[in-house]
Amino acid sequence: MPHRKVGFGLGSIGSTVVNGVWRLGYASRFFLRTLLGSGMSFRRFHLTIREIYFSGVMSLIIILVSGLFVGMVLGLQGYETLQKYGSESALGTLVALSLVRELGPVLAALLFASRAGSAITAEIGLMKATEQLAAMEMMAVDPISRVVAPRFWAGVISMPLLAAMFSAIGVFGGYLVGVVLIGVDEGSFWSQMQAAVDFRQDIVNGVFKSIVFGVAVTAIALFEGYDAPPTAEGVSHATTRTVVTSALAILALDFILTAFMFRGV
Amino acid sequence: MCAFQRSKEQIPVPAENLVEIGDLNFAYANRPILKGINMRFPRGKVIAIMGLSGCGKTTTLRLIGGALKATTGSVRVAGQDLRELDSDGLYDMRRKMGMLFQFGALFTDLSVYENVAFQMREHTDLPESMIRDLVMMKLHAVGLRGAHKLMPSELSGGMARRVALARAIALDPMLMMYDEPFAGLDPISLSVIGNLIRHLNDALGATSIVVTHDIQESLKIVDYVYFMADGVVVAEGTAEEIKASPLPFVHQFVWGEIDGPVSFHYPSPPYPKDLLLETSYAA
Repeated sequence: MPHRKVGFGLGSIGSTVVNGVWRLGYASRFFLRTLLGSGMSFRRFHLTIREIYFSGVMSLIIILVSGLFVGMVLGLQGYETLQKYGSESALGTLVALSLVRELGPVLAALLFASRAGSAITAEIGLMKATEQLAAMEMMAVDPISRVVAPRFWAGVISMPLLAAMFSAIGVFGGYLVGVVLIGVDEGSFWSQMQAAVDFRQDIVNGVFKSIVFGVAVTAIALFEGYDAPPTAEGVSHATTRTVVTSALAILALDFILTAFMFRGV
Repeated sequence: MCAFQRSKEQIPVPAENLVEIGDLNFAYANRPILKGINMRFPRGKVIAIMGLSGCGKTTTLRLIGGALKATTGSVRVAGQDLRELDSDGLYDMRRKMGMLFQFGALFTDLSVYENVAFQMREHTDLPESMIRDLVMMKLHAVGLRGAHKLMPSELSGGMARRVALARAIALDPMLMMYDEPFAGLDPISLSVIGNLIRHLNDALGATSIVVTHDIQESLKIVDYVYFMADGVVVAEGTAEEIKASPLPFVHQFVWGEIDGPVSFHYPSPPYPKDLLLETSYAA
């Protein structure tokens, strides 16, 4: 019965599409509720500060160490390429622009998704599984306002700061390898960097990118946690989905933002 | 007249009921869970809802708490139909309710003190000194004043349940709901929780609804029992009436008999067929 198989296949595709659209709508509604319930995050800012500590400060080590190594690798690779054209003095420009425009926001966001995003999903998922969110509802406290929104704004605030630190330590890593280890002229390294990096075009755009990534990663992490089936397996799958979906979202958003920001530059 | 045969004439009608459930139906998608149940919970009483797992006890409790909406019928708390309340109205109503969850549901990132203080901080503008006094009084009532600095991970199951109880009564609710408060407790903790439910109810002048299948402990403390099976109320009465019930299901439940109306075996095909003994099965 081939026509029956075709019918079954079409039904399966239709069901997948309908479920996907439904989930997208549910996620959008959740995001809207988070924004509408954000008043408490600012009125009682200590709730947000606490989450900035857990999401941002606790991610500092991985961000700084990764940033340092990425900067050092950029210094090595950049020098290898630039010296072929006798342009090793442009190493500072290469390191700084690579980090500020692309690698800083993107890699910091990927690391943030792995470290803080997965932790947020696991925490919210376990709060749901252990009925803590239900208990909060029964105490007439909205979990979206009390639990979700402070974490959301903590992520949005932390992400650009972490990306900036990633870029700064990366530039220092490039300096260590390029100037201290290999012997590129220090004056050229810094002066060319200063001349080439534009505050509005490069730094502001980089910060904007990292804010967008912060919104995307934190919203995905919170939604996956809130929507996780209240079982060990459900939380485990939700955590994995957070990392995978965030990584794809970051890379896709990076392409779109780069296309708009740096057209013709 | 037997107290266990259900009819509307036999439902006791006290002067004032805090909670009234009328012809309540509830279904998840197309799966009916509750089928036209009627219950009344008079003020000041401790009332148990009992039955096998999956019979609809917890669903009934969630409907009373407003966590679920009835498909048809009504749930009235303090005279208000919960289906008519909007989100703000429901939250206002919940401020007058307390609920003890099966495993406590304590906030694991907050200390015992902060857990009990949670509602006071969220819903009142009380000064810190008064919050401290109130928290200590609530913890003293459950015998855990000395544990106020501990984190939930440092508590035993019984202690966690008592802290959750202190948290649930933080704002002196008019209605207390207990979802399986005796599950997984040792005999001493079980008696402690049972006594606390009774004494706190009397001290607060509240009304308590206890969802449980721990028959022996609950019958010591409750004023009235509703027995549920398969989404309907099959029997009701005082603890003594329930203990003396001639109904086979209630008798099996109360005395923990292995076989009876609730069969030991899950419905299955003939045994030889599952053992692939086709010849003997055919014979």
